[in-house]
Amino acid sequence: MPRKRKEHKGDGVPSPSLKSAPIKTREGFRAGELLFFALAALFTALVCVSAGSVNVPLKETFGVIWNAIFSLPQPDTTSVPIILSVRLPRVLCVALTGAALSVCGGAMQGLLRNPLADGSTLGVSSGASLGAVIAIAFGVTFPGLPLAGTMVLAMAFAFLSLVIILGLAYKIDYSLSTNTIILIGVIYSMFVSSILSLVITFASDHIKSITFWTMGSLLGASYQNALVLLCALVVCGTVILRYARELNAFAIGEENARHIGVPVKRVKLILMIAVSALIGVCVSIGGSIGFVGLVTPHMVRMIVGPNHKRLLPASLFGGAIFLMLADLVSRVILSPLELPIGVVTSFVGAILFVVIFYRARRVRA
Amino acid sequence: MRLLDVKNLCVRYGELTILDRVSFSLEEGQWLMLVGPNGAGKSTLVNAISQGAPYTGEIRFDGTDVKKMRPQELAQKIGVLSQTHFVGYAFTVGSVVRLGRYAYSPGIFGGRREEDEEMVRRALATTGMEELEQQSVLTLSGGELQRTFLAQIFAQDPRVLILDEPTNHLDLVYQKQVFALIGSWLKQPGRAVVSVVHDLSLAKAYGTHALLLERGRTIAQGEAKEVFSPEYLDAAYGMDVSGWMRSMLEQWKEE
Repeated sequence: MPRKRKEHKGDGVPSPSLKSAPIKTREGFRAGELLFFALAALFTALVCVSAGSVNVPLKETFGVIWNAIFSLPQPDTTSVPIILSVRLPRVLCVALTGAALSVCGGAMQGLLRNPLADGSTLGVSSGASLGAVIAIAFGVTFPGLPLAGTMVLAMAFAFLSLVIILGLAYKIDYSLSTNTIILIGVIYSMFVSSILSLVITFASDHIKSITFWTMGSLLGASYQNALVLLCALVVCGTVILRYARELNAFAIGEENARHIGVPVKRVKLILMIAVSALIGVCVSIGGSIGFVGLVTPHMVRMIVGPNHKRLLPASLFGGAIFLMLADLVSRVILSPLELPIGVVTSFVGAILFVVIFYRARRVRA
Repeated sequence: MRLLDVKNLCVRYGELTILDRVSFSLEEGQWLMLVGPNGAGKSTLVNAISQGAPYTGEIRFDGTDVKKMRPQELAQKIGVLSQTHFVGYAFTVGSVVRLGRYAYSPGIFGGRREEDEEMVRRALATTGMEELEQQSVLTLSGGELQRTFLAQIFAQDPRVLILDEPTNHLDLVYQKQVFALIGSWLKQPGRAVVSVVHDLSLAKAYGTHALLLERGRTIAQGEAKEVFSPEYLDAAYGMDVSGWMRSMLEQWKEE
């Protein structure tokens, strides 16, 4: 009697979390989807500007912003300065930071073929904060350019950290397995925090502003900050999006990417520079905000699939929405007290991290 | 027509020599089998040709040094199929195969020309993966996954196909399928195949030529029937290979 042919299920080592991801046929981002994500982000921004210790009706908020954009006369109420001077610049900075960190997370998860890669898990954000702290402690500034000293050092340290972490990871385990990367990230973060403590010991008079970088906060963010973030996001985001197809190849496998003709080393270097520059700018403005880059691409991937041509733009908006909501929670949950935003994102992120890691282990077992 | 010319290829990691002055050439229509015991340097040879391992010596494709070729240019000439694939995310079969066209139209908007679509469609049809085009690669069996990457390499349309143990982990049905597919691909003019194969019976059945390696050194090379002579095989493997093969075949004698 002929026997049934045995099926080899699961040889492809399924990724931890993405089995349930719907299968999408379209390669690019449809105009309708783009509109949907953009509208969702705009609506979230409006809600976040309205809500807070003083609630302003949505309609009034919209009116104030509308009048400001088109230079129309404003009504004489207290809500105008609250919206325009305090909340709007902050929400803008939060949205841009969320978008930037998520695009970076999405790019790194593709580049390293690792769903747990992100600025905070890899230790790149800690590296960037160390750069910022050194700039403050030793008074590194560029005349005429506010924030430039912290920014340049944060960017340089972010890049240096990425090079050290990946260099070490490749030496120890060429396949860059999830466990190795996370382990090295943790060890590197601990190493960086020890140096941070050392710097603080030598610069105790700057302790207050140094604590700011390590906690992550966008309190008191200005339009100027938002503009800097926007410029960085436009430049680095364009570079990252430009390599969406190469990121697909990396996400399928670095060796396969080389075989199909991707200039692996060049693309990797360019992406690493873009990612660390963007993380550096974010950290120098908002401090180290953990897990945004881990959580958002992960959730977005469940909706739009793993193709980076769709994943990256969706992460951009998804990250903005996620961080705006996290910021809202940090402002209202203990009102009038305010939590640092990093507390909220790390709370959500750490739980999700465990879920992803647990599922990854279970699949492999 | 000579497609590939390898001269005095050496690969060293520090003091360790993995490949020691290996030379061979590959003509149109040839299927060269790289054989030898574990640690002979077969996979390293494949890696060196695809520029994935540092080497000294010369590798030329159609007279041009492959080190001087741009990655896309090299991918149009030489395609490599790895022995294992670990795709991390739920990409569809179609999107994996479509990436095979990267070398012809890189960039974010590339791979959408009519010619690219036609090659992808044909590759999917040849490998019998048409119906699974929209399926996630995470749900495929080992054989289907290997056929997906075979379709990718067919879409890549190289002149030389380099296969590193193409049927490793595959059952007999898939082994036969994959070898038959490669055999018919080779029938087109201007093409050649190099493959690392552990199973000497498969190597003998499909190879026109062979290169027998042992600890990085060439033991024998030339036409398959000459290389697979007992004297060379016994020297490389340190055992009576053909005696063992015959005793295996005995097991299948009808009683």
